[in-house]
Amino acid sequence: MDYFLQQTINGLQIGFVYALIALGYTMVYGVVRLINFAHGDVFMVGAFIGLYAIDRGRLPLPVVFAAAIVGCALLAVVIERVAYRPLRDAPKIAVLITAIGVSFFLEYFTSLNQVFGPNYYSFPRPFEVVSWEIGEVTVTNIQAIIFAVTLSCLVALQYVVYRTKAGKAMRAVSHDHVAAGLMGVNVNLVITFTFGLGAALAGAGGVLYGIAYPQVNTFMGFVPGLKAFTAAVLGGIGSIPGAVLGALIMGQAETMTSAYLSSTYRDGIAFLILILVLLWRPTGIMGSPRADKV
Amino acid sequence: MDALLNPYWIQIFELACVFAVSALGLNIIYGYTGLFSLGHAAFYGIGAYTAAFLMKSYGGDSQAAFLAAVLCGGAAAAAVAALIGLPTMRLTSDYLGIATLGFGVIMKVVFDNADAFLPELGGARGMTGISRMTSLPWALGFLVLSTLVVRNLVHSSYGRALTAIREDETAAGTMGIDVFRCKLAGFTVGCAFAGIAGGLYAHLYAFLHPSNFDFIKSVDVLMIVVIGGLGNMSGTLAAAFGWVFLLEGMRFLLPPDYVELRWVVIPVLLVATMLLRPQGLLGRRELPFLRGGGLQ
Amino acid sequence: MILEVKGLSKRFGGIRAVDGLDLSLASGELVGLIGPNGSGKTTVFNVITGIYAPDAGAVAFDGAPIGGLAPHRINRMGIARTFQNIRIFKNLSVMDNVKVARHGLARYGPVAALCRTGRFRAAEREMAEEGEGLLGIFSLRDRRDELAGILPYGDQRRLEIARALASKPRVLLLDEPAAGMNPSEVGRLKDLILGIRDRFRLTILLIEHQMSLVMEICERIAVMDFGQVIARGRPDEIREDPRVIEAYLGAETIAEDIE
Repeated sequence: MDYFLQQTINGLQIGFVYALIALGYTMVYGVVRLINFAHGDVFMVGAFIGLYAIDRGRLPLPVVFAAAIVGCALLAVVIERVAYRPLRDAPKIAVLITAIGVSFFLEYFTSLNQVFGPNYYSFPRPFEVVSWEIGEVTVTNIQAIIFAVTLSCLVALQYVVYRTKAGKAMRAVSHDHVAAGLMGVNVNLVITFTFGLGAALAGAGGVLYGIAYPQVNTFMGFVPGLKAFTAAVLGGIGSIPGAVLGALIMGQAETMTSAYLSSTYRDGIAFLILILVLLWRPTGIMGSPRADKV
Repeated sequence: MDALLNPYWIQIFELACVFAVSALGLNIIYGYTGLFSLGHAAFYGIGAYTAAFLMKSYGGDSQAAFLAAVLCGGAAAAAVAALIGLPTMRLTSDYLGIATLGFGVIMKVVFDNADAFLPELGGARGMTGISRMTSLPWALGFLVLSTLVVRNLVHSSYGRALTAIREDETAAGTMGIDVFRCKLAGFTVGCAFAGIAGGLYAHLYAFLHPSNFDFIKSVDVLMIVVIGGLGNMSGTLAAAFGWVFLLEGMRFLLPPDYVELRWVVIPVLLVATMLLRPQGLLGRRELPFLRGGGLQ
Repeated sequence: MILEVKGLSKRFGGIRAVDGLDLSLASGELVGLIGPNGSGKTTVFNVITGIYAPDAGAVAFDGAPIGGLAPHRINRMGIARTFQNIRIFKNLSVMDNVKVARHGLARYGPVAALCRTGRFRAAEREMAEEGEGLLGIFSLRDRRDELAGILPYGDQRRLEIARALASKPRVLLLDEPAAGMNPSEVGRLKDLILGIRDRFRLTILLIEHQMSLVMEICERIAVMDFGQVIARGRPDEIREDPRVIEAYLGAETIAEDIE
């Protein structure tokens, strides 16, 4: 039982990081119906920004987070303007393929020696690891930081989406972008803002991931990105609480599979869940089925 | 001229033929039927491992056995495709993409752990001991045959039905087309080609590793089909050959330190194609022998 | 009764698009289905052709129940339709659009197609000839190899009807075929519809907003509002019916109150 509880905590650790990434996928899909394949790589860039900020800059942790958040937001905004916006009216598949292209570009370009480099790099721990015994389980300060940062981000996101004009505009655009535009919403700005917001969360996630699993590499974003995306679909793509729920479920499933079955099946379980969800309820746990008007 | 006929370039040519067969398959699935499949490499892999296993265990050096093994690879891929097609063909395109992507990842995990139930398959260590059976006549022969099959299928009522489904599924249904069955058929046939290509691939380099069949490889073949022009056979063939030779050529063209730059150039090319010429290289025009010809 | 709809209901979320609707067509009739926007006319078409399954009620074609069957089966039984917002296959040629509607009736299997057997060639030739014939009726023969998507609007509308006819239906459902047409085009369409009705011995159900077309060619008219039929009868009866006038012109009554 204690083992189970311990694994649950561990599952929450990765689940929260997935949540930060999943939110970006779900919000972008909500406003432009695009699966942003490059999102996982933005997460990777966040981790690397964190690495350089701590290692070279010796900056304090809050500044590190700020740097990653801002850096990733800027990156996403540039990607959106250069690669996605020109294809706004093109068939969906063109944008999807472009997103895949951008993803590959980010991975390979940053792997060049002149940029980040192709190897695995050690992510420096900016503090000593401390663990506390709570009952029968052990919680580390790393986990505490992950929980704290993620929860703060979620609260902040909740505020932005539901209590600001920008958030209202986001929700309007995700409902009906034509009508929103006709109501005076600057749709382009909202879309750019959404990309930036999602990327900011992913950037924070990147730093947290680096702290928790201190090995980074320019291809590290692919699998977590895919899993986070699966989580977003599981929870209901386009739904913010769904993304978080899906991510937490993913984290648990993965950790439990690794703990009780074998770590080699860990990645497979994520996609097994995905396929089951798609077959049973494609709109996800919290998504609402959309009927197409014929 | 001698340089072009040396074994290295011939093998590259054979690889291009194999890629082209796989790409023709994806062209049926995505170009003609409009099914967004991101798991093509998984079927390539199923064909490869099936053919390699059969050949290694029972075939020895026989050419006839090789033919049978490759065709069995295609059949195995088709069978799995039909199985996973049953539940997934009703998904809309975004979700189908994800489902096939997920299936691809699952297959890679299966390949990685395959040695647990069939040790000869090698699992994550890779499969060795495969005979190098894919010679130029085989590669070219399969390519020509595949092209003919695809051409004949496309320029028939079946091809029209698939394209109609791509254009407007609902309208196609009301015009008497059994949409589900046609989609399943298109998917299965396209994956069969992937399986055949896989069988040829296994016997080209005589070594198989699960990393040959991951998502990136599905994207490669998707890029070929898109850049060549969706639903355009000539474009698929041109793009497949162009792709393989470009990749190899860049190995020589780029200075040694910058060889890895080709992986940066490729996605840039892809994005540029999408932004500047989304209909692909050839758009709709087909080479003469691939057109409908005297049917109309 | 070649087509009978009884007590049909169809809901979308909270909206009752069709609410207990009865409609029947005798063989050979030309019936109009009119009503304000949103009254549920296209939904009725969608249920009859199998795009939606009914929530309640029954649809029978020639006595056989068809409610809930897949669209392709209903089409092969003998019902074809056009769409309100033109759904031709844009990237297929005009001829292929017509040929593809014959797919369900194709008389060769995939193997024959692969090997290009005599049977395949004969069937394709027949399809081409029949296609030519149909295109000739709709004045589209000259454009047979052009992509359907680049055709002018009026040609696209006619192509859609030609395509529907290619599936050899006995009942034809036309959804606003005159939309966007000018009076002279509507006149030609009128002759076309009457012509194909006689030539192909069709039963036609027509949704239309252009009253000139409806009043001139429909033998009977059913008027829908809020998912139900509120009036039925001959064109002259419908024209005078106060309920119909209110359904269409209810706003005027409100305007009078404001004054």
